[in-house]
Amino acid sequence: MTADAWIDLLLAIVGGAVRVGTPFLFVSLGECLTEKSGRINLGLEGVLVFSAMAGFGGAYLSGSVWLGVLLAGCSGAALALLHGLLCSLPRVSDIATGIALMLLGAGLAFYLGKPLIQPQAPQIPSLGLGAWSSSPGVQSALAINALFPLGVVLAGALAWGLANTRWGLVVRMVGDSSDAARALGHSVNGVRIAATTAGGFIAGLGGASLSLYYPGSWNEGLSSGQGLIAVALVIFARWHPWRCLGAALLFGGAGAVGPALQSVGISGGTYLFNAMPYVLTLLILVATCSPQRSIKGAPMELGMNR
Amino acid sequence: MSAGPKGWHASAEAVLLPLGALAAALLAFGLFVWFGGVSPTEAWALLFKGAFGDAFAWQNTLQRAAPLMLTALAVALPAQAGVTVIGGEGALVLGALGCAALPYLWPGLAGTPGSVAVLAAGALLGGLWVALAGALRQWRGVNETISSLLLSYIAIALFKHFVEGPMRDPASLNKPSTRPLAESLRIGAIAPDSLLGDVHWGLVIGAVLCVLAGLWLSFTASGFALRVVGGNARTARLVGLPSDALVVLACALGGACAGLAGGLEVAAVHTAANASVMAGLGYTGILVSFVARHNPWAIPPVALLFGGFAAAGSLLQRRLGLPDASVLVLQGFAFVAILGSEALRGRLFLLRLPTLAPPRLAAVAGKPV
Repeated sequence: MTADAWIDLLLAIVGGAVRVGTPFLFVSLGECLTEKSGRINLGLEGVLVFSAMAGFGGAYLSGSVWLGVLLAGCSGAALALLHGLLCSLPRVSDIATGIALMLLGAGLAFYLGKPLIQPQAPQIPSLGLGAWSSSPGVQSALAINALFPLGVVLAGALAWGLANTRWGLVVRMVGDSSDAARALGHSVNGVRIAATTAGGFIAGLGGASLSLYYPGSWNEGLSSGQGLIAVALVIFARWHPWRCLGAALLFGGAGAVGPALQSVGISGGTYLFNAMPYVLTLLILVATCSPQRSIKGAPMELGMNR
Repeated sequence: MSAGPKGWHASAEAVLLPLGALAAALLAFGLFVWFGGVSPTEAWALLFKGAFGDAFAWQNTLQRAAPLMLTALAVALPAQAGVTVIGGEGALVLGALGCAALPYLWPGLAGTPGSVAVLAAGALLGGLWVALAGALRQWRGVNETISSLLLSYIAIALFKHFVEGPMRDPASLNKPSTRPLAESLRIGAIAPDSLLGDVHWGLVIGAVLCVLAGLWLSFTASGFALRVVGGNARTARLVGLPSDALVVLACALGGACAGLAGGLEVAAVHTAANASVMAGLGYTGILVSFVARHNPWAIPPVALLFGGFAAAGSLLQRRLGLPDASVLVLQGFAFVAILGSEALRGRLFLLRLPTLAPPRLAAVAGKPV
C-alpha cells in the first residue's frame, strides 16, 4: 500500500472512531449512570435499536431532525422505565430483565419500523472540522456528528454531577450501600428507577445518532451488539464518565477498521475485521475482571462480581 | 387468621404462574395489534389456527419446536449450575458450520456413522464455545451473560466469513452457502407418509435429550451436585464439590445441545450451511428456558408452544398483513410477563380479599384491649 493509502486509512479510522463511537459514548454514559445506582441494564441493546427506529420515525414524520432526536431519547427512557419497574419487583433478576428487554426492544423496533425502511429522513447536521484542508478525503473523515460534542458535554456534566451535586451523591449512595441510603430515608427503588430511566434517555440519544446521521436510514441490521459492547465498556472505564468517552473512541476506532479497510480497497475478511470490537471487548473484560477481588471503583451493590 | 402456605401451593403456582403470564402476554399482544388497527380476536384465532389448527399446522409447529428444545437446554443446563448463559445462537451457528465443514475435511463420510459424525462435530464446536464462556467466568470472573453474547456475535462473524469465503459452494450464486451435504448424511423424516409429514428425527433427539437431562439432574449424584453449585455456590465449595469443573461441564453440555441443533438444521432442514440457519432460534430458546423455569422436564411443552407461535407468524403475515416481527413482539411480551410473574411466586395464594373481622386494637397503657 502506498503512503497515501496508509494516510487515507488512518484518516478513515480516526473519522470512523468518532462516527462509530458516538452511539457507544451515549449508551455507555447512560449505562454508567444506571450502574452507579446499583442496577445493571443489559437491555440497552434493545433500547438502542428501538430508539434508533423511533428517532428515525419521528424525524421522518415530523420533518424535524431534532424532534426525532427528542423522540429517540423519550422512547429510550420509556423502555428503560419498564426495565426499572420490572427490576424493582421482588425476586426479579436484573440480568434476566435485561435479556427480555433486548428481545422486546428489537421486536418492537422491527415491527413498528417496517414502513420506515425505504424512506429518507432529515439528517443530523455534521460539523465540518476538516474544513481547513483542501483534500475531500480529510474533509469527509473529519466531519463529525453534531451529537458528538453534546455527548462530550454530557460526559463532563455527568462526571461533575455525580461528584459534586446532592443528587449525584444520592445516586452513588444507593449504588454503594442501599442500607445507608434507606437509613437516610431515600427510596432505593425510586432512585434506581429514576437513574435507569435517565440512563435510557441518554442511550436513546445514541440510537438517534445511529439512524439519523450519515448514512442515515433505518434497517434491521443497524445495531448488532453495540449496546452490549457499551455495557462492557463501562466496566472497562471503571465507571468514570470521562473514561467512558475515551473507551468509546477506542472502540469506535476498532469498529471503523473494517469499513476503513473496505474504503481503501481491501475487502477480504471483512466479517473478521468487523468482529474486532467484540473481540476487543472480550479481551478487555478478561484483562479487567478478576474472580478474587472486586474491580476498583465498582458500585458495591452492583452484584457483578462473584 | 391467615392460612400459611400449603404443600400444594408450590406445585399449583408452578403451573398457574406461567399460564397466567402467557395469558397476560397474549392479552398485551392483542391490545398492541388493536392499536395498529387489527382485530385482536382475529389475531388470537389465527395464532391458534396457525399453530394447532390442522395437520399441516402441527407439522410446522413440531418442526420449529425441535431446535427450540435443544437451544433451551443450552440455557437451562448452565442455569441449573447458577450461570446465566445466552450464547445459544452462536453455538447453534458454529454447530451448523462444523456440521457442514466435516465433509470438506473428510470426504469419505457416508451413511449413519457419517450422520452421527457430522452431528457430533456440530455438538463439539458448540460445546467448546459455550464452555469458553463458563471458563472465563470461573477463572477470570467475567460476567457470563456479556461474554456469552459477545462470543455469540463473534461466532456469527466467523460463520459468515467461512460460508461466504473459504467454504463457499461455487454453485451458490445468489445466496452464499456451503456445499450441500451428501444424501446419505442427511437426517430424514420420522414417518414421511404419515400425518407427521416432513417432521425430522431432530424432534425425537430434542425430546430424548430433555428427558435425559431431567433424569440426570433429578436422579444422579452428579446432577444433584450441579444443582447444589447452582443453588448455593458457597455451600458447594464448603462441601468440596468441584464447582469450576461442574460449571464448565454444564456450559459445555448446554453448548453441545445448541451445536447439535445447528447441526440438525443443516443435516435435516437446509442441507447446507447458509444464512437461513440464523433464524433467531437461539434467542427464542432463551425465552423457552425461562418460561420453563430452566426445568428440562418442562421444556418440551413450552418449546411446542413457542414453536406454535413461530409457525403462526406466517399466517398472521398473510391474512392480517402484520409484519413478521409480530412473533418477536409476542415473545418479548411473554418474556417480560414471565419475569414479572416471578414476583408473585410464594405469594399467589396469600393474596386475600379484605375480611370483615373486627379490628384488633393495640394494647392501651400496657394492657391488652
